[in-house]
Amino acid sequence: MKKRKLGLLISSVVATGAILAACGGGEDKEKDTSNNAGSDTNTEDAGEAFKVAMVTDVGGVDDKSFNQSAWEGIKQYGTDNNLKEKEGYDYLQSETDADYNTNLNNLLRRDFDLVFGVGYLMGDSIGEIAADNPKAMLALIDAEVDAPNVVSLMFKEHEGAFLAGVAAAKMSKSGKLGFVGGNNIPVINRFEAGFVEGAKAVNPDIEIQRNYTESFADAAKGKITANAMYSSGVDIIFHAAGQTGNGVFSEAKERKSKDPNANVWVIGVDADQYAEGKVDDKTNVTLTSMLKGVHKAVVEVSNAAKDGNFPGGTTITYGLAEDGVGLADSRGAIPEDVLAVVEEYKQKIASGEITVSESLK
Amino acid sequence: MSNRVVNILVPVVSIIIGLIVGAIVMVVSGYDPVLGYTALWNGIFGDSYSIGNTIRQITPYILSGLAVAFAFRTGLFNIGVEGQLLMGWLAAAYVGYAFELPRFIHLPLALLAAAAAGAFWAFIVGFLKAKFSVHEVIASIMLNYTALHITNAVIRNLSDGSFKTPTVLESATLRMPWLREITDNSSLHLGIIVALLMVFVMWFILEKTTRGYELKSVGFNKDAAEYAGMNVKKNIILAMTISGVFAGLAGAMEALGTFQNASIKAGFSGIGFDGIAVALLGANTPLGVVFGASLFGSLKYGALNMPNEAGIPEEIVAIIIALIIFFVASGYIIRLGLQKFGKKKEGQ
Repeated sequence: MKKRKLGLLISSVVATGAILAACGGGEDKEKDTSNNAGSDTNTEDAGEAFKVAMVTDVGGVDDKSFNQSAWEGIKQYGTDNNLKEKEGYDYLQSETDADYNTNLNNLLRRDFDLVFGVGYLMGDSIGEIAADNPKAMLALIDAEVDAPNVVSLMFKEHEGAFLAGVAAAKMSKSGKLGFVGGNNIPVINRFEAGFVEGAKAVNPDIEIQRNYTESFADAAKGKITANAMYSSGVDIIFHAAGQTGNGVFSEAKERKSKDPNANVWVIGVDADQYAEGKVDDKTNVTLTSMLKGVHKAVVEVSNAAKDGNFPGGTTITYGLAEDGVGLADSRGAIPEDVLAVVEEYKQKIASGEITVSESLK
Repeated sequence: MSNRVVNILVPVVSIIIGLIVGAIVMVVSGYDPVLGYTALWNGIFGDSYSIGNTIRQITPYILSGLAVAFAFRTGLFNIGVEGQLLMGWLAAAYVGYAFELPRFIHLPLALLAAAAAGAFWAFIVGFLKAKFSVHEVIASIMLNYTALHITNAVIRNLSDGSFKTPTVLESATLRMPWLREITDNSSLHLGIIVALLMVFVMWFILEKTTRGYELKSVGFNKDAAEYAGMNVKKNIILAMTISGVFAGLAGAMEALGTFQNASIKAGFSGIGFDGIAVALLGANTPLGVVFGASLFGSLKYGALNMPNEAGIPEEIVAIIIALIIFFVASGYIIRLGLQKFGKKKEGQ
């Protein structure tokens, strides 16, 4: 027994020894890569294409909302400028928050001229990387970092969510609405506040159940939460929860396919989530989606930076007036008269007649 | 074949087999294995930045591995390292920003707080086991969830509704400007020294002290230990508590080194659970844990570079890394094969 253990110990010693010993051979390689890394701060070689990349937060690039929208913006920039994926534009996914710094750094080392960090979670990392690489151009979505080489992109989610609230309150038959949020953080609070204010604006007596799942990646939790809400009579749920929100969709679709007359709706978030709500060719549970123009902002900033007008050190805010937020095409789910009311409120907010709160008191 | 040759051959062969199977996966899914492994290699050892971050990744693995290994040696399965780690994480972050003290007091105090928090969380498990025979696996799994939600709630309160605590003060951080400088701004921090010190501590307790001998004896055979006049219950509680110290310190590495704060988590960090694999890879010995953690940490960190440099998707990368670890862990099978092969030859 003892001998075997000793053997195992020695074997593991040797195993790592082998790995570490091989490390010695890596010396010349190290020089190679450090030479490459040396050029990473030269932002532009004359005549070379302006390259753009992004790092996702833990939601992943196919989260059907936020990260995906940013990636689509980058893809559009890439195709508009005839760049090749991987070379001219690329993304890296983060599995945990420990990966942000490495991923951001990796992209800078590959000579990407502008790197986006997607999500408030990346604020600290962007700040650190910006300080370490003063010549690099960075952009941060949904949080603000005060550094001369970082542009912060913020959205007035509360204005878009207000319209979603108006539409939901007008459409609800039960007088009960639901809100499913991801983490209880300022960005999501803005969605919540706007939605509640919008709904109360057209129906002061409406009941709104609100729940934070504390996760952007837990579809199962989203499904359970939606189940509880629908079961208690809620007929429209607005989610602002990334992948967790996909669970809200699957619960609604399940109910709809079991009972075609079930009055359950979901309002999508960030991107047009019409495809998420598809039950069959005729039925869809997506009432509308609150669009957040991450896509548009990414393209705009990329183009500006390419033309040498990188707005470093500033914060750009996209609201209804700038067309940075809004509602998606409901494809007939919302009747004309309701849309007219929504449009009315949209004008009032855009013109400044109504100011939407950023958080509930 | 002599024992020594087998002992050297086994890990080498198992790593090679793991790499080959990983290569097959890459070829089948249409990626170049040479490019893939070069990317992995560069991700681990490519430059001083990678090496710094690889060591940073290894650090908490060593401590969580020690926590699991120590419990195993004393006959306990501490699956609650994750929860103890989260408690330690929060405690270290809190002490790190809430007090203003000179560095030589502040940093040790923050580490001590993390150790105490982890120890307390593990003590509950040991106490329940000793007094009421509650199985430690059940108690510690449940306390993992409890820890996750308690720390989330406390962080929210401490930070006035935000998602993270303030950054720890200069006087409590494990980060050193010169360490960042020599590693090209990586997040390498002093924690590796703490981790290696704990490796020595575990070895010393188990091999050089009477108490350690008792703890091991209880692990080998509880009844025999009791018959020999040892206080089994006391030893169970003590073993869990010491295990919790290691786990709590693993949390401190994240709080004072990697992240410099504690933030709300949607799920477990995974470091505690990976500690189980690290401990088993290291055959539950202190030195073995260092190697297990090195393998785990390097592969985990190096894997980040595979999508970056070789364009291989994360999902495939996860499979390849898992395969390599799987084959290293199943070295015993290869050992059997080699021995049979050797015997046949001798027989001829």
